[in-house]
Amino acid sequence: MKTLKNMSKTSKTNFATYGMVIVVFAVLQLLGSDLIQRGGVLSPTLKGQLVPICAYVVMALSLNLTVGVLGELSLGHAGFMSVGAFSGTVAATALQNVIPSPGARLLAAVVIGAVFATVAGILIGIPVLRLGGDYLAIVTLAFGQIIKSLIENLYVGMDVNGLHFDFLENKIALAQGGKMIVNGPMGIPSIQKLSSFTAGFLLIMAALFVIFNLTNSRSGRAIMALRDNRIAAESVGINVTKYKLMAFVTSAALAGAAGTLFALGQNTLVASKFDFNTSILVLVFVVLGGLGRMWGSIIAAAALTILPEALRQFADYRMLTYAIMLILVMLCTNNPTLKSFFSSLAAKVKGSAKKGKAKGGEGK
Amino acid sequence: MSERVKREPTRLVPVPSTNIIPERDVDKTPILECRHLGIDFGGLTAVNNFDMAIGRTEIAGLIGPNGAGKTTVFNLLTKVYQPTRGTILLDGVDTHGKTTVQVNRMGIARTFQNIRLFSNLSVEDNVKIGLHNQINYGMWQGVFRMPGYWKQEKIAHERAMELLSIFDMEAMADAKAGSLPYGAQRRLEIVRALATNPSLLLLDEPAAGMNPSETAELMDNIVKIRDTFGIAVLLIEHDMSLVMGICEGICVLNFGQIIAKGTPDEIKNDPEVIKAYLGSRKEG
Amino acid sequence: MSFLNNLINGIGLGSVYAIIALGYTMVYGIAKMLNFAHGDVIMVGAYVCFFASSTYGLHPLVGVLLAMAVCTVLGVVIERLAYKPLRQAPSLAVLITAIGMSYFLQNAAQLLWTPNPKVFPAFFTLANPDGTSRTGVDLFGGQLTVRFTTIVNLLVCIVIMVLLTWFTGNTKMGKAMRACSENKDAARLMGIDVNFTISITFAIGSALAAIAGVLFLSSYQTLVPTTGSMPGIKAFTAAVFGGIGSIPGAFLGGVLLGVIEIMAGAYISTQLANAIVFAVLIITLLVRPAGLLGKQVREKV
Repeated sequence: MKTLKNMSKTSKTNFATYGMVIVVFAVLQLLGSDLIQRGGVLSPTLKGQLVPICAYVVMALSLNLTVGVLGELSLGHAGFMSVGAFSGTVAATALQNVIPSPGARLLAAVVIGAVFATVAGILIGIPVLRLGGDYLAIVTLAFGQIIKSLIENLYVGMDVNGLHFDFLENKIALAQGGKMIVNGPMGIPSIQKLSSFTAGFLLIMAALFVIFNLTNSRSGRAIMALRDNRIAAESVGINVTKYKLMAFVTSAALAGAAGTLFALGQNTLVASKFDFNTSILVLVFVVLGGLGRMWGSIIAAAALTILPEALRQFADYRMLTYAIMLILVMLCTNNPTLKSFFSSLAAKVKGSAKKGKAKGGEGK
Repeated sequence: MSERVKREPTRLVPVPSTNIIPERDVDKTPILECRHLGIDFGGLTAVNNFDMAIGRTEIAGLIGPNGAGKTTVFNLLTKVYQPTRGTILLDGVDTHGKTTVQVNRMGIARTFQNIRLFSNLSVEDNVKIGLHNQINYGMWQGVFRMPGYWKQEKIAHERAMELLSIFDMEAMADAKAGSLPYGAQRRLEIVRALATNPSLLLLDEPAAGMNPSETAELMDNIVKIRDTFGIAVLLIEHDMSLVMGICEGICVLNFGQIIAKGTPDEIKNDPEVIKAYLGSRKEG
Repeated sequence: MSFLNNLINGIGLGSVYAIIALGYTMVYGIAKMLNFAHGDVIMVGAYVCFFASSTYGLHPLVGVLLAMAVCTVLGVVIERLAYKPLRQAPSLAVLITAIGMSYFLQNAAQLLWTPNPKVFPAFFTLANPDGTSRTGVDLFGGQLTVRFTTIVNLLVCIVIMVLLTWFTGNTKMGKAMRACSENKDAARLMGIDVNFTISITFAIGSALAAIAGVLFLSSYQTLVPTTGSMPGIKAFTAAVFGGIGSIPGAFLGGVLLGVIEIMAGAYISTQLANAIVFAVLIITLLVRPAGLLGKQVREKV
């Protein structure tokens, strides 16, 4: 109890975030398990959404590292997700006979997806991170488009001789019994589902672990120093490129892992799934959840992935409603007049609730 | 104060001394020496022929009317701008081609005229960021919380608290830097600069916006910092009571040129300075 | 000859990008925001013109004017409702609002006008003596075809650029705009109505978007609710390419982008044309971080 009191506010928030994820996972597992046979507690649609939700949560956490912690706007984050999705799926298919256990194969695929995304992150980050602000945003957007175009023209086949790659045109001649894994614009025609809700949960926990421990260390402080004031950071001897790259590449690696998780939960996959709109979608999660606020990203990503499903009753009006809600939320949380109105309202509610409690806490 | 983290010994080269007050310098090598330093912006010469040297434990002042180029000199020393002409020797080592980061690691730390704190971070974190190069463990040690992390973070915490105690700011350690009152923000900037273990501290208008009693306290503290850390201080200031009160050597800049150098008494009586700078006060 | 043909087509396409980019650049220059809804204003303009000319049988020119009027009002309304309340907010909040506005326009269009593609008529034709119509002129015995659309695009684009340059440089409102883009607080102190100036900027930008929409569709001829987003992104790229905030920069960036896109498609690979466009943008920005004609601003220390 004493240690809990001595903990800084940040560590408390971090532990609360871990706790929130664990509790939600446990509750959903319980609701979905055979223990409760009533059915309908967890609708099949929601059950099917669990893996994508986990993937988007990790995406939001990872982008929050770039946008919230590093303070640079990236509009091409789906590109890293795409790299992870395709490399991870190819790896999972190729390793089918090498690693028979699905769990271990998923782990290997996720790691490979993350590694490929890391390489992409380094290749993109080194030239790009010299730019700042809106210029960085447009260049990341451009890279997102380039990655999409490249993967759309990628052909990968596998036969007894191993993997075969081709670009632009499919000239792969496969031996007997071989099959195409990635088929250019047609993408991946069939995927063996390896991802599970538990795997998604573990990946979220791993992402939180990396992000929290990174931000509360020497490197993380350097990254946040760059965000708050680059010139001052340089003046105290912080290497700008190194720490920008560190945050950006870590973020790319997490996005790659999320991509693999996502892909291995789908039946088929096309590169156009990870386009500009996906990048924007994830950015919306991050901004709505709050910059640098990881629990906010988790809630926003989960809620906004379910929301379009929940709005299904509005049928045709669903995306329109979504757009209007997005605008209204931004106006309510950022307009000074509306914001002060809401915070005074919140203070009133809080104040009346805390009235009795305040006297007890005085003796500190 | 606990033992300061030692910097690698720098190369000592005997140079002709152009110290502001040569006789004060016991140690023959000045910590900083500028020779014919100058910078042009487009066609405009902002600073020209800037020659000066500062002794290892000297408190020196850089004064001059607004727009004289004082902050530009700071930016040249910290390599925010690369000089067009001339050389800067820090402890006898040429800083030519070095970056801001490298110059800081060589021993120059600074504060800013318009406060530049890491305002979303806590006071303690601001100081710990200053300690960035004094502690060293890598990213993975941090992420996986290896023993090095705990050991070095403990050192960083203790050192940060110790540094904050210079200005009696330990109680504010958990406050957000951006939420501090103005004076405290200025002091925190000095603490952060000190955390980088400098041998030369550049203060850009440290007393700006302070009332007379705060300024007096600041003067004591600057002297205290020099004495405890054994470092040189170069400060830009408009408050003449501060400059005349603690600076051992003063350099006056006008239109990017040095018009006078000397002790406070010499400066006060220099006809050039009176004409260009203090002269406006003569009638009033 | 095919090279020349491609070049001319590229300039035609690039001129449309340039017109959109001009709108982007003006809004960015003054409001310092990436208006992602700009591309969708193009789409609305194209729909209005389409219905005016094909459903109501109005003269295409009337259709264009109508589209301009509708888009101008739309642009000002969007700015007043969604962006003005966020003037003091962090730029990311404004960006997300703009994205929300973009979704809104796309989905509203989908509800109003269905997702089925509308085929845009070729506007710029000449009647042949035999009663058929031509969409271009053949030169060098048919080796080189210049479509009328291309000529119109380029001419309209040049006229707009010249007018905008004159407007921002010589009129009272133009000077107010430049003042606001430099420093809004100082402009306000000089008695400039900043909100009104921003509204006018949005009005001009949106009117340009309407023109661009009609021109773009008369070249490409299929209209769906998401038509605006890709040219929107491309034009934004063009504006950055040329140096955002600069009027000649937007023109140069737009035209070059169009030429690169057509050339890359013709000589390298159609599938990779977009990727090549973006790669050129990246390389340009790495060499000239403020774009081709942008001015480098140094942060004051």
